[in-house]
Order: sequence, then structure tokens, then C-alpha cells
Amino acid sequence: MPDLSFVFAQSLSGLTAAMFLFLIASGLSLIFGVLRVLNFAHGTFYMLGAYAAYQFVQWLGVGGGKFWLAALGAALAVAALGGLVELLLFRHLYGKEELYQLLFTYALVLILSDGAKMIWGTQQKSVSRPPGLTGASTLFGATIPHYNLFILLLGPAIALAVWFVLQRTRVGRFIRAAALDRETLGALGVNVNALYTWVFVIASFLGGLGGALISPMRATTPGMDTEIIVEAFVVVVIGGLGSFWGTFLGALIYGQVLSFGILFFPRFSIFAVFALMAGVLIIRPWGLLGRPLK
Amino acid sequence: MAALARVPWGPIILVAAFFVPVVGSRFYVFLANDIVIWALFATSLNLLVGVTGLVSFGHAAYFGIGAYTTGLLMKKLAVPFLLAFPAAALVAGGFALVFGFFCVRLTRIYFAMLTLAFAQIVWAICFKWNEVTGGEQGMPEIPYPDFDRIAALPLVGGWRTSEYFYFLTVIMVALCLWLLRRIVGSPFGRMLTTVRENAERAEFIGVNVRRYELAAFVLAGAFAGLAGGLFGIFNRGVFPDFAYWTKSSEVLIMTLLGGMGTFYGPALGALVLILLNQQITSYTEYWPFVLGVILVVLLFVFPGGLAGAAQAAVRRLGSARRA
Repeated sequence: MPDLSFVFAQSLSGLTAAMFLFLIASGLSLIFGVLRVLNFAHGTFYMLGAYAAYQFVQWLGVGGGKFWLAALGAALAVAALGGLVELLLFRHLYGKEELYQLLFTYALVLILSDGAKMIWGTQQKSVSRPPGLTGASTLFGATIPHYNLFILLLGPAIALAVWFVLQRTRVGRFIRAAALDRETLGALGVNVNALYTWVFVIASFLGGLGGALISPMRATTPGMDTEIIVEAFVVVVIGGLGSFWGTFLGALIYGQVLSFGILFFPRFSIFAVFALMAGVLIIRPWGLLGRPLK
Repeated sequence: MAALARVPWGPIILVAAFFVPVVGSRFYVFLANDIVIWALFATSLNLLVGVTGLVSFGHAAYFGIGAYTTGLLMKKLAVPFLLAFPAAALVAGGFALVFGFFCVRLTRIYFAMLTLAFAQIVWAICFKWNEVTGGEQGMPEIPYPDFDRIAALPLVGGWRTSEYFYFLTVIMVALCLWLLRRIVGSPFGRMLTTVRENAERAEFIGVNVRRYELAAFVLAGAFAGLAGGLFGIFNRGVFPDFAYWTKSSEVLIMTLLGGMGTFYGPALGALVLILLNQQITSYTEYWPFVLGVILVVLLFVFPGGLAGAAQAAVRRLGSARRA
């Protein structure tokens, strides 16, 4: 049995990972909930968020709150890109077969991630931590970087903010209504097309923000998009496709399984994660907190 | 136009494939070998996606399992090819039976997700089980089958080992495609199409839909395993990314590019995609970008794939002549 401080450190690192996974997977789940499409390109939006943050930091610098400006700018840029893609291309595939929509989002992965390679090359890019959060504290004998602690607070805050938008604002109400019955919503006079664009914008914003915030912790490299998207799939499947708090729960479970899997069965931690995904799909295909599809 | 359809294309292409090493250089034999194997892989997927209407996102799993089966048997246990090759179908089909049992219970997106989950499990095991699969480093130096006795025969001697392997691949894939064609055209195959068109109705008339879907899943997995077995030898090594999800989407793109509605469409897709790849990578390193653009154009302009577009063109020509 490893000592307790180590267990504590592992569980905190699992929690930090969970916060990022939640940011990314919540956007994926939102798009699925409303449009019934799994967006493979969502991982690529996350990667672009990281690259954009790097680029903005190169232009602005990190000091004096400029990192936060860069992160916000990156998320907004990715959100704009997501909205444009929906408006110009994706919109025309709604009536078509599911497979075509899936393959279109995969085509986006190919185009956007190769595009990122053209712009930023294959060398990994790193961003230094924002000043003020460069240090680390010792908690219960485990050393925790301040930036990670900050992420642990920010994650739930963002979750609450998104939940608030979904529950309390007009757009949020429309989005929830569209997830239940888009035809009726359209018949009631809501501009469903514009709503879909908004869903893409919000989801891409969340993905881009996740990428921007992870850039000081992990180097940005090509290929990080195809890796994260499968992880995000696991999270949304465990929690329930289209379920907001389910995604949060899925992210927490994923983070803990992965970090303790590495601790106890280092060889089979990835295996455990996918086995969990398969298990949930077999026993409860709509996920822990989801609703069965009609 | 009907005359064109009556030409026995299968045998003609088979004979043409045999002439590649006669007229082409080593490089073209390599390319042709790649195409022939992927043609089988894509056609096996089409049995699921095109014929039965089940969109699998984890077909690479069975390709990988077949590759590891044949590779392990030939490299570590020195089993001859004629046993190690069918073993790929057996093992891949066996896994497809177990995984498929759970998958066919789900519909649409959940089906796709579960096939993906199983494929990632296979990938994770291949990636980490160093003692057996060689882990991340994969398993290099898979031996070629033993061609000494064939090379000693009169008339067929004097080729390079890689060319013998190419001939062998062509024969095996031709056999597999012939079998698959028989399966699709059989009453069983017709029933799969019925399941695709209207599963509910099929259920009403007393068809056990799940059992038919499972049978299609196992057959598709077994043939994908055979393609993988050949590919491991051809590639001179087996690696975990054979089973990674991006491989599954590659083969889906091929199937779609060629056209899912026809039997030979996916094989055509394999041919076109591999030739395009070879051409484009000689101009630019950004092949994925080009592929993505091709895919977008395909989805918006030719949703029936190349075979579908060709059929439409032929139809238009025919009606223009009649008018």
C-alpha cells in the first residue's frame, strides 16, 4: 500500500485532469444533446485553443494578467471558428444520414489539425504559467502546484456558470427545449437554425477554453486532438450522452480511474478506462445520469 | 451500357493484378499489394455498413487482431502460413462474436460507441502487453511465408520473395472477395439488406434481427482479420496502431469514397485512396489536409461515392441516348 500523501496527490491529479475533461466533454455533450451528432472535431477545437493561447502569449506576453487575456482570446477565436463551420458547412448536412455527419466532423479533424501543423509546425509549444500561480504548496505531504489548485476551483465554477446559462437564460431554455423536441420548438416560432449555431459557438468556446487553460500544464503537440477526443467520448458515455451533470460525474470518475489505475495496475490503466466505457454501454447505454433516447 | 455491366470485370481485374509484377517495378508491386489488402479490409467493413446498415467505428480491432494472430504464430511459433492465415479469421471472428454479442443489442450511435470502446480495449492491450505483443514497439520482422518449394517448380520460379507474396495475396484476396460476393448475393445476404432497410418489418415477419446482425458482424470481423493477417506480413511488422480508432475511420473513408451501395465500391475506394495518397505525398507532406478536403467534397457533391457517381453518369448517358 503506497503512503497516504501519495494517494492524496494521485487523487488531486485525477481531479485536475477531470476538470479539463469536463470542459471538453461538456461541449461535446451539448452538441450531441441538441444535434444528435458526435463531433469528432471537438478535440481539434481543444487543440486549436491551446495553439491559439500559445500564439496570443507570444504576442502579448504572460505578465500582468495577460495570460488570462490570451486564454479568453483563444477561446473566443475557437468559438468563432466553430460558429463559422456550422454556418457555412455543417448546416447543410442536417437532413442527411448520421454517418455522413460523423465523417464530416472527421474531415474537419483532418483539415484543421493539418492546418495547425502548417501554422505551428510539429515541434511542441509550451506556455509558461501565469505569474502568481507559478509556485507550489505542500498539502498532507504532497506537493501541489498552485496552477492545479486554481484549475480545481475554476472547473466547478465554470460548470456552475454553464449550468446557469442553460437553466436561467433564454438561449439556455431554448437549447434545453431543442434537446427534447426540436420540431415543436421550431413550430413555436423559435429560430432553430440560429440556435444550432449558438450551440456550436458555446461548445467550441468550452473546448477552446479547455485547450487554452491546459497549455501551461502540458506542452501543445500535434496529435493531442485525436487522443483527447476518445477520452471525451469515454466521459460522455459514462455520464450519459447529452446529460450536463452526467458529464461532470463522468469526468470525475474517469480522472480517478485513470490516476488510481496508474497507481495500482500501471500496465492496464488505459484498458480499465475503456472497459468501464464498454461496461456502461452494455448495462446502461444512456449513461449513469442520462435519459434513454426515444 | 448494359453490355458494359455484363463484362466479367472480376476475372479481368484478377488477371490484370497478376501482370503487375511482370510489367511494373518493385515499387508498383508494393503499391498493388497494399491496395489489394485494403480492398479486402474495406469490403469486409462494407458487409456491415453498406449491406447490413450497421455503422462500426471499431472495425480496425479485427484487422489488428488478425495481424497479431498471424504475426505471432509465424514469428514466435514458426507456424506455416497456410495455418497461420486462416487462424487470423478464426481468432478475429471469435472476438467479433464476443464483442458483437453486446454491440448488436444497441442501436445507432450507441452501437458505434460500443464498437469503438471494444476497439480501444484491443488497442490498449496490444499497446501494453509487452511480453506477447511487444507493446508500444510492436512486433517487427514477421517472416514471409516459405516460398522455397514453389520457387523450385518449373515455370513459376525466379521471382523475388516479395513478388511471391504479392501473388499469394492476390489469390487469397480474390478467394475472400468471391466468398463475400457469394454471401452478399445469398438469401442470407438478402436478409441482411432487409434488416438494413427496415429492421422493424423484418422482426414482424419473424426474422431474428439480432442474430442476423451478429452473423454479419462475425463475418465482417473474420474477413477483416484475414486482411490484417496479410497486412502484418506485407508491412514486415505488426504495431498497436493497427487497432487504433483512426485506422477504423480510414477504412470507413475508403468505403464511403468508393461507394457503400455497391459490392466493388469499397475496393475501388481503396485503389483510389492509396494511389492518391502516393501521388499527393510526393508533392506535399500535408496529405491529411488534402484527404479532409476530398472527404468534404465527397460528402457534399457525391454522397454515393465514386461507384455511385459512375452509376449516375452511366444512367444519364443511357437516358440521353434514348432521348
